[in-house]
Amino acid sequence: MSYVKSLRGKESGVDYPIEPRTICDSDFGPVEVTYDYEAMKGKVTRESIEAGPLSLWRYRDLLPIENEPRAGLQSGWTPLVKADRLAKHLGVKELYIKDDSANYPSFSYKDRVVAVAVTKAFEFGFDTVGCASTGNLAHSVSAHAAAAGLKACVMVPHDLEAGKMVGMNVFGPRVVRIEGNYDDVNRLCSQIADKYNWAIVNVNLRPFYTEGAKTHGFEIAEQMGWKLPKHTVVPVAGGTILPKIWKGYQEFIELGLVEDNKPAMYGAQAEGCNPIVTALEEEAELFRPQKPNTIAKSIAIGNPADGYYVLKNIRESGGYGASASDPEILEAIKLLAEHEGIFTEPAGGTTMACAIKLIKSGRIPKDEPICVCITGNGLKTLEAMDGQFPESRAIPAKMADFDQLIQETSQTKEPAHV
Amino acid sequence: MSDTTLAVEIPTALRPQVGDQESVEVSGGTVGELLGKLKAEYPDFGAKLYKTDTELNRFINIYLNDEDIRFLENLETPVKAGDHLAIVPAIAGG
Repeated sequence: MSYVKSLRGKESGVDYPIEPRTICDSDFGPVEVTYDYEAMKGKVTRESIEAGPLSLWRYRDLLPIENEPRAGLQSGWTPLVKADRLAKHLGVKELYIKDDSANYPSFSYKDRVVAVAVTKAFEFGFDTVGCASTGNLAHSVSAHAAAAGLKACVMVPHDLEAGKMVGMNVFGPRVVRIEGNYDDVNRLCSQIADKYNWAIVNVNLRPFYTEGAKTHGFEIAEQMGWKLPKHTVVPVAGGTILPKIWKGYQEFIELGLVEDNKPAMYGAQAEGCNPIVTALEEEAELFRPQKPNTIAKSIAIGNPADGYYVLKNIRESGGYGASASDPEILEAIKLLAEHEGIFTEPAGGTTMACAIKLIKSGRIPKDEPICVCITGNGLKTLEAMDGQFPESRAIPAKMADFDQLIQETSQTKEPAHV
Repeated sequence: MSDTTLAVEIPTALRPQVGDQESVEVSGGTVGELLGKLKAEYPDFGAKLYKTDTELNRFINIYLNDEDIRFLENLETPVKAGDHLAIVPAIAGG
């Protein structure tokens, strides 16, 4: 059973049945799953959720599936780290890292959206799943398809990091490298979805796929002890996750699962690809697309399909945005690693760097709970760290050489106990 | 400027409104003139393509030879014979 009501044109309000659908026919706008929240009241409770599995499927009543989950049974329920050492370093009172670099099976937040999309692909009877991706989504689609026994065809820009390519090829999908940037891949994929009868997860399964992103927000709230952080900093690429964390927070408020503390949302982008932050800074209603040029390739999307809603939700919530340069991104990756033992990819470095900027500029007050959403794993993008760490000298296996090396080198660290 | 005739690629979702054609031939000197002709010929289609008389629907991307016209001269972008003009909904991402 499910609480799903319809697919509804987000702008037009036109209702459609539950079917693979890319856009609203009446205005070309996005379509979104609607639910019967009244029917959920008293049934979808803290207790009912806590009785569920330790995966994102504990929120299945708020996800658009009809039958049992068919994919991602171990996805989600990633750590929410109370980052006390980093909080002290930044001079803030309460800082959390929602760490999807530890997501299963492919180490990024995409395992959430794909778990839902692949389950829907089964429900709709597709035998092939695909996506347009900057890497992480292709990993997740390929891994979930392999485990589910579905065929996969993933489309990516031609110049991805070597680790990203291996990380998808290993699962045996058909990988199509496209000469161009993500936006070129995306455009082709929308045409492919028109022509082939495939479940392109972020095209014709998009309304279902995006709902999976809500679980990132649900988990933050539950893991904070059924509370919302006052400030949530989220990377912005295509614009899926920020509006869906926001929707997740609003659904929990609507169901009375958390108190409405007026949570504010903040968008993080790389300076080399920051259409949303530029629009915020210029107070423009719409963003202008950009040609990306940044080491944060997984968020290098210059024409974000849901950018309009990112702007809308940020503004509604009273949040803001920031962008980070490539050197700032690398510094933030190291800062997070050295203080919390979390190794994120440049997208996560971007989010961390932007959170720091927003704190330093006073946009985010230091005395209120802050959550930084880390969406990807640094081990996939090792090239980004090239040259960051000088190679250490190898020594003979002799104690005297070790003693000498230790005398020559030092390790500075802030006190561990505060 | 002399007019150029181009076959404009129509996305599946819109084809019913242009007689199920995959593309429609129109003439004009700029992208805006071509789309304006489409709008005149197929008013339902035009109503969805444009938000106002001069502003396109924000969920629509127009590509001239695989380049988003917002990187060119937008609706003022001149067209020439052999160009490929495509209407693509802003759908995917992520």
